[in-house]
Amino acid sequence: MRPILMKGHERPLTFLKYNRDGDLLFSCAKDHNPTVWFADNGERLGTYHGHNGAVWCCDVSRDSGRLITGSADQTAKLWNVQTGQQLFTFNFDSPARSVDFSVGDKLAVITTDPFMELPSAIHVKRIAKDPTEQTGESVLLIKGPQGRINRAIWGPLNRTIISAGEDAVIRIWDSETGKLLKESDKESGHKKTVTSLAKSSDGSHFLTGSLDKSARLWDTRTLTLIKTYVTERPVNAVAMSPLLDHVVLGGGQDASAVTTTDHRAGKFEAKFYDKILQEEIGGVKGHFGPINALAFNPDGKSFSSGGEDGYVRLHHFDPDYFNIKI
Amino acid sequence: MAHQGEPTKLRWGELEEDDGEDLDFLLPPRQVIGPDENGIKKVIEYKFDEDGNKVKITTTTRTRKLANARLSKRAVERRSWPKFGDAVREDVGSRLTMVSTEEILLERPKPLGAKTEEPKTSGDPLAQFQKGAVLMVCRTCGKKGDHWTSRCPYKDLAPPSEGFVDKPAASDAAAATAGATKGAYVPPGMRAGAERSSGSDMRRRNDENSVRVTNLSEDTREPDLLELFRPFGPVSRVYVAIDQKTGMSRGFGFVNFVNREDAQRAISKLNGYGYDNLILRVEWATPRAN
Repeated sequence: MRPILMKGHERPLTFLKYNRDGDLLFSCAKDHNPTVWFADNGERLGTYHGHNGAVWCCDVSRDSGRLITGSADQTAKLWNVQTGQQLFTFNFDSPARSVDFSVGDKLAVITTDPFMELPSAIHVKRIAKDPTEQTGESVLLIKGPQGRINRAIWGPLNRTIISAGEDAVIRIWDSETGKLLKESDKESGHKKTVTSLAKSSDGSHFLTGSLDKSARLWDTRTLTLIKTYVTERPVNAVAMSPLLDHVVLGGGQDASAVTTTDHRAGKFEAKFYDKILQEEIGGVKGHFGPINALAFNPDGKSFSSGGEDGYVRLHHFDPDYFNIKI
Repeated sequence: MAHQGEPTKLRWGELEEDDGEDLDFLLPPRQVIGPDENGIKKVIEYKFDEDGNKVKITTTTRTRKLANARLSKRAVERRSWPKFGDAVREDVGSRLTMVSTEEILLERPKPLGAKTEEPKTSGDPLAQFQKGAVLMVCRTCGKKGDHWTSRCPYKDLAPPSEGFVDKPAASDAAAATAGATKGAYVPPGMRAGAERSSGSDMRRRNDENSVRVTNLSEDTREPDLLELFRPFGPVSRVYVAIDQKTGMSRGFGFVNFVNREDAQRAISKLNGYGYDNLILRVEWATPRAN
């Protein structure tokens, strides 16, 4: 395959997200402007201006009408996807790290970093249908876990919130009361910071990637460990194919060590694993720095990766990818 | 300039000189023609070049429809959304989206059907010679294509006549005179009955047609060098200097050719050749001055 290279960002990529139809790709980077691209040919559709810091995460509503972004400028913003117009700003006292729309797009979960003696927190906001009625009030505020929460997503039927972060523990919270329901046990869980979390397309299980050089597959309801994928690099990003039983892990050596070693030693490929057999299928090379973000097109026929090198690489699979056998 | 006649309130002098982008409104608007039924779209844009001259840029693109692409109605609608943000003033010259020139494959960790990886040639680059083993002649036992002199299993059985050829030539004259005086040590090669000619012949074989390669990358090993030089002709020896302590390459090596012409050709072709991001320096190896 010949990947499409998109160089719209001047700083390292942080997050990638496809809309539900798979025709738009949203990219966030440490420069301040989230960008939307056409996912088929990589043409830039527009940029969202307004943030004043690195943008860590974004999510798009099911109808591709609203975009929510979380940024290090201590805000999360709602945008009109089509025009790039800012609709609302949620202000916090610390950087917003992760955002996720609930099923139905009526709620959003936003996590904030520990900052200036403030602990990290998970906020649940109500998203109004009409942006003029939007308020910044939190429906629910969860505090407790130590260290940064790198990712928080909604569980099935919006009943739970799944969070993971620097303390390497994965937690499931009740989204109504904010009570802690389940915690991954230290024995089978990750040993180091969990950097990324991706739900399967049906939401029945999810994948976490960690700096302990492994990725783990968990059951969403019971939080039991299903599979472990061991690799030889810290994992910064994970994605799951919606079509085949494949998982993709991206990562690489620490960004600070990149310039000191040969690019082959950095292990900057996106690694494909068989979801069930936990065996490596192959690697896709190309980035000149660690991979920070991975996303699968909802049709499963293409995926994109974003790297510390500032590039988004959009890969449309060759036909022979679909009959790979181990 | 085409727009001198147009009434404009702005004076040229009021505009900052170096701020070329502010003048963009003086240019004719962007024109998009097509796409026609063949999917050919023409975009005509104008911009100022460095000298302030107006430049017309016509970009012709052809969009091909994917045969089996099924898009939802909403997605088709989105396709015609107007650009916004930075994408509106997308510079024609700045190609934000490029198709990789490189073909990227999903690299399998092991090729299909292969059971295990071949055992690595354990530090013996010359083992590769095994196939075209004409060159491989053991100087101890004379056997062809089986082993190298240093690995000769019959080493101990052979007369040690050729063992110490690398003695300094300075002892030559001394040995000749000292040969008469009894009790003084005479190197085996210099002793009566030893085939002196064969000794010097071998020495030449080691040094002649030797090419020194410098500025090698640390990753270059002997097999790589062999691969690089073999196209020029039969190679009799490849050597890459390895640091004893660190085990890393010291960045230079030697290649011996069987034929001098081949060596000359290799030098003229590969000197200044970019290999593994470094520019190789290839020259005749000057024999060490004793």
